[in-house]
Amino acid sequence: MARSRPEPMQVVKQRRDAALKALVEGVPYIRFLNISFDRRGDELTGVLNFDEKLIGNPFLPAIHGGVTAAFLEVTAVITLSWEHLFPRIESGEIDADDILKDENIRFPKTIDFTVDYLRSGLPRDAYARAFISRSGRRYASVRVEAWQDNHAKLFAQASGHFLMPQPKPGKG
Amino acid sequence: MQDKTKLARQFIEAIPHAKALGLELTYIGAGEAEISMPYNEDLIGDPRTGVIHGGAVSAMMDTCCGAAVMSHPSAPGGTATIDLRIDYMRAATPGQRITTRATCYHITRNVAFVRATAMDDDQDRPVATASGSFTVEGK
Repeated sequence: MARSRPEPMQVVKQRRDAALKALVEGVPYIRFLNISFDRRGDELTGVLNFDEKLIGNPFLPAIHGGVTAAFLEVTAVITLSWEHLFPRIESGEIDADDILKDENIRFPKTIDFTVDYLRSGLPRDAYARAFISRSGRRYASVRVEAWQDNHAKLFAQASGHFLMPQPKPGKG
Repeated sequence: MQDKTKLARQFIEAIPHAKALGLELTYIGAGEAEISMPYNEDLIGDPRTGVIHGGAVSAMMDTCCGAAVMSHPSAPGGTATIDLRIDYMRAATPGQRITTRATCYHITRNVAFVRATAMDDDQDRPVATASGSFTVEGK
């Protein structure tokens, strides 16, 4: 049983990066907030690129609490979608173009989302990582943490529940 | 009282992110606030349906809750969110504006408790509800 030769690194990277780009850049609101994602293997880190329009308190100044909530929620949904679609991206069943256009590809829907504000968001870039506590056939539970200069000092954390996309009835 | 309402309105309308979202403060006074957000294609979360992203709804609800706290007769000054929970009941109908009404139903020297509901044109079925606690800051 000879093991098949691993794919060249560039092929793997190109496929994954194109799929992630489609997932993120296809959403107008993610562009509006200017959130990008760093990928290391299957691990994602959300990056909120600072801009004046994200300010909520001009006197401090501090990032708007609603922006923080939105950033954490975007990170949760993208991470969940990424984990959900990853096996099909890897097998070649779907590609970046499908993610943008295929009507059958649906995304998780937020049921509820709770944010704890631990310190005020400084007027600079912020980072977030989501951890999927459980992802079942219908529901998923996700925890998110966000930090700025120092990863050990979180400025916000969140947890939420999501409804996973259901396969079309009568198929499979 | 009148002064405080005016001050809160000025404060809300000076928030850069509130401007970016196009938020309009339609009512404020005595621990109650109403903010409305016009439909905007930049805020779409699902390009297949045109539904506004939950994050934009969260940002509007957070602003509205903060405004309700600041307008409360017992609130001396500013406020910041301690925690906020949002429940999403349904997708907002594309093309319609979303309006949030928030009530600061209890306030102590240190903490304000707030509830909010977001609606689109269908006034019988809320889009989302929120509940949160906020700090009470001095002048």
